[in-house]
Amino acid sequence: MIAGVSTFIVLALIVILVPMAPGWEAVQKSFFNKEVFLKTFPKLLSAFWLDVLIFLWCAPLIAILGLAIALCRDVQSPVLFPLRIFGAVYTDIFRGVPVVLTVYLIGFGIPGLGLPRPYNSPYIWGSVALVLTYSAYVAEIFRSGIESVHKSQRAAASSLGLSNSDVMRYVVLPQAIRRVVPANMNMLIALQKDVALLSFIGPVEIFRQAGVFKSLLANFTPYVGAAVIFLAVTIPATRFADYLLAKQNRERS
Amino acid sequence: MSKLKIENIVKSFGDVTVLKGLDLIVEQGEMICLIGASGSGKSTLLRSINLLEPIDDGAIWLDGDDISLPGLDPQPVRQKIGIVFQSYNLFPHMSAVENVMLAPRRIHKKSREALRPEIEQLFEKFGLADRMDHYPDQLSGGQQQRVAIVRALAMKPEIMLFDEVTSALDPELVAEVLDVLRTLKAQNMTMILATHEMGFAREAADRVCILHEGEIIEEGKPEEIFSNPKHPRSQAFLKSVL
Ligand SMILES: Nc1ncnc2c1ncn2[C@@H]1O[C@H](COP(=O)(O)OP(=O)(O)OP(=O)(O)O)[C@@H](O)[C@H]1O
Ligand SMILES: [Mg+2]
Repeated sequence: MIAGVSTFIVLALIVILVPMAPGWEAVQKSFFNKEVFLKTFPKLLSAFWLDVLIFLWCAPLIAILGLAIALCRDVQSPVLFPLRIFGAVYTDIFRGVPVVLTVYLIGFGIPGLGLPRPYNSPYIWGSVALVLTYSAYVAEIFRSGIESVHKSQRAAASSLGLSNSDVMRYVVLPQAIRRVVPANMNMLIALQKDVALLSFIGPVEIFRQAGVFKSLLANFTPYVGAAVIFLAVTIPATRFADYLLAKQNRERS
Repeated sequence: MSKLKIENIVKSFGDVTVLKGLDLIVEQGEMICLIGASGSGKSTLLRSINLLEPIDDGAIWLDGDDISLPGLDPQPVRQKIGIVFQSYNLFPHMSAVENVMLAPRRIHKKSREALRPEIEQLFEKFGLADRMDHYPDQLSGGQQQRVAIVRALAMKPEIMLFDEVTSALDPELVAEVLDVLRTLKAQNMTMILATHEMGFAREAADRVCILHEGEIIEEGKPEEIFSNPKHPRSQAFLKSVL
């Protein structure tokens, strides 16, 4: 109740006070222009479909590669020790470089090798950059999940005579994956936003489309439109991730 | 030939030597109770027999085969030696019956349908018939521990190891688990128990071994050990617990 009232007062103050600022009129015209908004919004929406597509093919690849890297980092056998090193180096590199840099390096660099036509597409190499970066983060999330499964669970499973891979597959992973669902949801949300980075290397997705409109109409409103579209997706998704996390915390306590 | 022969095994964690050249011979069908103070090495001994802890020296023979050779595949050995822990360690994401079926399904490549009759029998025998489809968190401690025992038995082991299987239980649930152990003894199962249940050891064990700092300092029939311990350390230990 008190929270409701105070929120209302703050909102009212913003609505009343902000328009009183001296530059408001100019800002309103170039950022919140109703005509421009209505005119560009449908086009932005259809450009956003491309973001969704890129997201949809990247997400499963990230999940698979992330899990594979996490498993590399967990191998016990000394023969396979190089895999552990590979996993560690991989995650260090791709988590250490800003996403936009990886997108540039791979998105411009590899097609620059002079690959023949469909294989020099920025869609492919931009997606590859996203997959490489995000699978490094997701691998770390999976690894933390794997490590959170108590070692007595592994001991109990091994003591029955199960092979290491069966112990992982039937006992450790099902518990680990469940625990990291909320963290992975947050990665998905971040990925959806970072798809916009591909605009720098070519694909006319929503961010680039908004840029085109901005130049055409000399108005920033399309960017606001793009932000609205992103928020329409990310806010419900964030709420859902928080809900899952809260539910898990309740179950564990 | 003895069922299990443990000879001079040594196990260290870092610079702490936990098992110091321990010997133990177990005959087919025998029930052995290991007693001793906390930290004396009971769990470590049981875990080494199941090959969960590699030993640093000595040897373990099962039916005359050395199972402690480095590089040996531990899986076939573990299938013959079941172990049950104090903390049950059921898999929380599986129902009781799935917990029990996992190893036979994966190792003997049998289908759930093929396994169902014998598994149902096991559940029935240990009073769990109406708990098969419950998840671990829906079971009492005593029920969870009995499911854990059934899970180990489902692999038809030749030896069962029990590491303080009643220590985590409320007093009123201890009896139901001890009953399971009596049933197994009646079936002539070879068993080694680490236990703090002196009354049970006295009543049910064929032989009692007292561990002290990684060595068996005294062993013998329960009546001898409990009424007339020889080693001063045994006397001190028994005085403290009885
Ligand atoms: N994984 C380990 N790493 C380091 N030290 C260990 C490890 N496991 C056991 N120890 C040490 O080995 C010694 C013997 O432990 P163990 O668990 O075998 O004793 P226990 O007789 O089973 O005692 P309790 O009655 O408390 O269960 C203890 O000093 C313990 O701290
Ligand atoms: Mg112990």
